[in-house]
Amino acid sequence: MTAYIIRRLIIGVIILLLVTMVVFLFVRLMPGDPLLVYMASFDINRQTSISQENYENLLHIWGLDRPIPVQYVDWLGGLLQGDLGKSIKLQEDIGILIAERMPRTAYIGFITFVLGTIGGITAGIVCALRRGTWMDNLITTTANIGMTIPVFWFGILLMYLFAYKLGWLPTSGWTNPFDDFWMSCKQLLMPVGSVIIGSIAGMARLTRSCMLEVMRADYVRTAWAKGLSERVIVVRHQIKNAMIPVVTALGGALGMILGGSVFIETVFAIPGMGLLMTNAVFDQDYQIVQAGVLLFGGIIIFSNLVVDILWGWLDPRIRLA
Amino acid sequence: MSDNTETGTTPADATGAAGAPPKANEFKRVVRVFFGRTLYVIGFVIVVILILTAIFAPFIATHDPYETNLREKLEQPSSRHWLGTDSVGRDTYSRIIYGTQVSLLIGFSAVFASAVVGMLMGLAAAHFGGIVFALIMRFADALMALPGIILVLLIAGLGGGGIPVVIFALGFGGIAPQCRMMCGLALSVKQNDYVLAGRAMGMSNWRMMLTQIFPNAFPPLMVGITMGIGGVVLGEAGLSFLGIGVMPPVPSWGGMVNDGQRYLLHNPMLSLAPGVAIMLLVFGFNMMGDGIRDAVDPKLRGVI
Repeated sequence: MTAYIIRRLIIGVIILLLVTMVVFLFVRLMPGDPLLVYMASFDINRQTSISQENYENLLHIWGLDRPIPVQYVDWLGGLLQGDLGKSIKLQEDIGILIAERMPRTAYIGFITFVLGTIGGITAGIVCALRRGTWMDNLITTTANIGMTIPVFWFGILLMYLFAYKLGWLPTSGWTNPFDDFWMSCKQLLMPVGSVIIGSIAGMARLTRSCMLEVMRADYVRTAWAKGLSERVIVVRHQIKNAMIPVVTALGGALGMILGGSVFIETVFAIPGMGLLMTNAVFDQDYQIVQAGVLLFGGIIIFSNLVVDILWGWLDPRIRLA
Repeated sequence: MSDNTETGTTPADATGAAGAPPKANEFKRVVRVFFGRTLYVIGFVIVVILILTAIFAPFIATHDPYETNLREKLEQPSSRHWLGTDSVGRDTYSRIIYGTQVSLLIGFSAVFASAVVGMLMGLAAAHFGGIVFALIMRFADALMALPGIILVLLIAGLGGGGIPVVIFALGFGGIAPQCRMMCGLALSVKQNDYVLAGRAMGMSNWRMMLTQIFPNAFPPLMVGITMGIGGVVLGEAGLSFLGIGVMPPVPSWGGMVNDGQRYLLHNPMLSLAPGVAIMLLVFGFNMMGDGIRDAVDPKLRGVI
């Protein structure tokens, strides 16, 4: 098992390096230029014109006049020393920016992930056990529709209903839960609600079909024939086996939630990583884009690793292979 | 022995199920399963209606989707403007109708592009194995390591937006899943005896891949393609919502949701109606995908 984990860890690091390399190259080959964006904003404030000399000076200061491989190695070196670089547009240290914003995204993402997974799996199991009843039909239909709802649109719908029409919740914003827990909860209801619908729907559909698959298996029929109690059959034989594909889908679910953060943070004006990334893309802010890709990619690769380990624990065939 | 019991117990089925290798019957069976469930039929009908809407948009729309009229801006829904007008007086209903063209164009082209590239990569990885397999699959892993929308956001945002860039971005984002699926299927198809027979006959690598492996792996791939269209349309809507997708004034559902957001209290239809159109389209393709999957291979349930 340890050898398996170590091997997976090494592959994970290689993939992460590959991701950063591809993005690094890609970001620099694209037509935009962060310095022009930066200088343009600078010029409006100071009323000076963009001179070639100024531009080349900046290019040199930011090290963007060097060959791309040199820049990459330089960035990687900084990374190993814990230096993520500095944002060109915001003129701030990216480590500090991320330390400030990531906890918000992680907090919302964590709540969504936990509630969405528990809710989705429960709904899926209930559907499978009560197959063909009105409850199954209701949940399945809702899940089929839930899969198609665009996160941003659902956020706007919730905002229209609960903030504008009913006035129950604040329209948008972010409050630190340690400062004002109630306010924070009220502000989080809608953002979490708009992402969670997709997670629950996906999880419920997957769990339901995996459960139905397992319920037809020979070993389940044997268990019934042996006269085991229904509880033991459902919990030990059906749910445990049905969870194997569901667990592998958890990594993807986390990715969907991280992707959804881009939208809910835009709709509800939450200053988190998603909004930081979106703005960085607009401003062609290379350094933030790279750091964000590293962070999100790292999270997904790490969670996939955890999933693989969980998988091995659930299914000894994998662990011993 | 087992052969005997099979034919002995079910003499009536022997002609129908057990001894039915011809392709025509298989096709009929697929069609029968697909059209046997209401939900799949609803999905199919939605897709057909949307395609017809895109083709006949000029006849269905009541106004020119680009025609601005500041005297009629932000009107409420009326008999003249069924869903009202936006901030520059364009008819929302007509823009949604024309938006179907944009969504379907991007959906079909991006999925087609990613399917061609991804499948060729997957085929090559499965067929050649070794270093080719490792290189291609690690590349796919790297692409899959980012949340789909983030990858697409980067490409579209840094590329500057516009329909071609959006198609490129979404197509690029779809390569890895297609490649993985193709590779997995091709690896299992490769186990068959007819592949071995082809090799014995001295078929070239390309001929083997394209005439033997690909057609036999194709039915399940159709599920991925159909589902992929829904995913791409959602992605396009998301990009346009963020303002880095389809550029105004081209009517795009995601962009319309974003534009209407500011006038939510005044006329919620501006923002909510295009969203319903997105959901309808995605729902249609998802249900069609589910139907094809059940018809082609029920064992794939939950896998794709």
